[in-house]
Amino acid sequence: MGLYPKMHFLNMGDRGLLLEFGDEIAEEINEKVRRMALAIRSEAVPGIAEIVPTYRSLLVLYDPMNLSVIDLKKKLESIEGGLQQSPFPEPRLTRIPVVYGGKHGPDLDSVAEYHRSMPDEIVRLHCSRTYLIYLIGFMPGFPYMGELPEELVTPRLKTPRLSVPAGSVAIAQKQTGIYPMDSPGGWQIIGRTPVKMFDPAKDPPACLRMGDRVQFYPINEKEFEEWRDL
Amino acid sequence: MERSVEAFEVLEPGILTTVQDLGRFGFSQVGVPPSGALDAFSLRVCNLLVGNEEGEAGLETAIMGLKLKALRETVISMTGGDLLPTVNGEYLRMWRSHLLIEGDILALKGVRQGCRAYVCLRGGVAVPRVMGSKSTFLSGKFGGLEGRPLKKGDILYTAELPGPWERIGASFPSDWIPVFGREMTVRVVPGPQDYHFTVPGLQTFESSSYQVTAKSDRMGIRLEGSKIERRSDAEESIISESLIPGSIQVPGDGKPMIILNELVTGGYTKIATVISTDLTKVAQLKPGDRIRFEPVSLEAAHRLLREQEERIRRFRDSLRD
Repeated sequence: MGLYPKMHFLNMGDRGLLLEFGDEIAEEINEKVRRMALAIRSEAVPGIAEIVPTYRSLLVLYDPMNLSVIDLKKKLESIEGGLQQSPFPEPRLTRIPVVYGGKHGPDLDSVAEYHRSMPDEIVRLHCSRTYLIYLIGFMPGFPYMGELPEELVTPRLKTPRLSVPAGSVAIAQKQTGIYPMDSPGGWQIIGRTPVKMFDPAKDPPACLRMGDRVQFYPINEKEFEEWRDL
Repeated sequence: MERSVEAFEVLEPGILTTVQDLGRFGFSQVGVPPSGALDAFSLRVCNLLVGNEEGEAGLETAIMGLKLKALRETVISMTGGDLLPTVNGEYLRMWRSHLLIEGDILALKGVRQGCRAYVCLRGGVAVPRVMGSKSTFLSGKFGGLEGRPLKKGDILYTAELPGPWERIGASFPSDWIPVFGREMTVRVVPGPQDYHFTVPGLQTFESSSYQVTAKSDRMGIRLEGSKIERRSDAEESIISESLIPGSIQVPGDGKPMIILNELVTGGYTKIATVISTDLTKVAQLKPGDRIRFEPVSLEAAHRLLREQEERIRRFRDSLRD
């Protein structure tokens, strides 16, 4: 079905209205989510407390004491109707250095084996295109990016790791991501970036934004260590 | 900013005690959940009792064990679950403000009802705001006191305020104080994915009593009980989307799980959402307690919320008179 002709409204409790724009992970649907988020923000509707865009839906948190759900839906429908005319910024491209394989990418060899390929070819493919950041979620600053080249689509680990170091660059199914902090994780770790993905003391705290694009490039161990010393 | 002064020494931190305000908002889209008091109603009333803004930070403490020593004269109050608070061994009345003097020992003796109590002190808890909030985000390891639970030997600071609080001894009207039983019914608004379940499945959800398991924390409460039947054409997972406190996920095993304040996204179907006013009961569930779900209309949920806010407004006004 893909992108719905019109958004669907779903109740998420008594303060949340979920707007659903489609039924798959696709750039076109994600772009509509982001267009809608931007348009709602620029309208600054009184009574809307927060909006949270994700892959194919947008959660609108509202204050029912100051905004009725009927008025909210009318307002959102009118914003959706005028969406084609609203301005939309060009995505920003961020280049992320990665040291691939070895102790920083413990799954690189087995990913290559899985695809009957070589580690260097996996690295080349991973760096061969720009990825859209569909969503930042799961944990602070974790970017879900896609889509991977067909030849890189790999299942998750059968048994998740109890601890994945911060900066680990990973793939799972059609997506690639970066663990911003030490955490458990089930994605295949192919490398590690020295870039700090999330810092609560910074404004903005996350180094990447939903809707931006990312391209990875390989660095060596020495460059990785030097970067970390900065 | 006001000058901070020492207010309490932590003699025993208890099972889990954290600094929480009403939460950190506006950062869900960079993966940061709200955190904040699970029982926001109790924290708000607790703050009002000591003359703070209702969104000031207090302590949230679970089950048992917290023991604090007052390092100066301090006005405090306690709300939420009744964890049998005592001062120098004498039972302390909850939902009322009290004056502690230097050397007084505040200690919790056990669970009479509920699961989480709040301790507020006049002047609040002085910790830096991180991304706009003093709330502790445990798995993110930031906010509150260095992003962690309180530990033995910690010193809690408070803002030094000019002038005394005139309303020591003020109490919250007793008929407005919530009662937390070992079996509670919470009201829910169906959706967003209630249509993924069969009619008998929805009936199971609405008619069963579920038991709170030990696998429960500030991220969520896992329940044990009757399996909720999914439609044969509906998948167990959906494309990950936002979660809010009160979202009720049904993972593959068919057992519901109530999401609390430390998760932002999830990929399981959500059968219903607990209404705002009943999150206070959810926060007071402990392992072994039982819960039932009662669906209500959105209009009913909004009416209940207006009634609650009206009570809080009247109480706030009464303190000013």
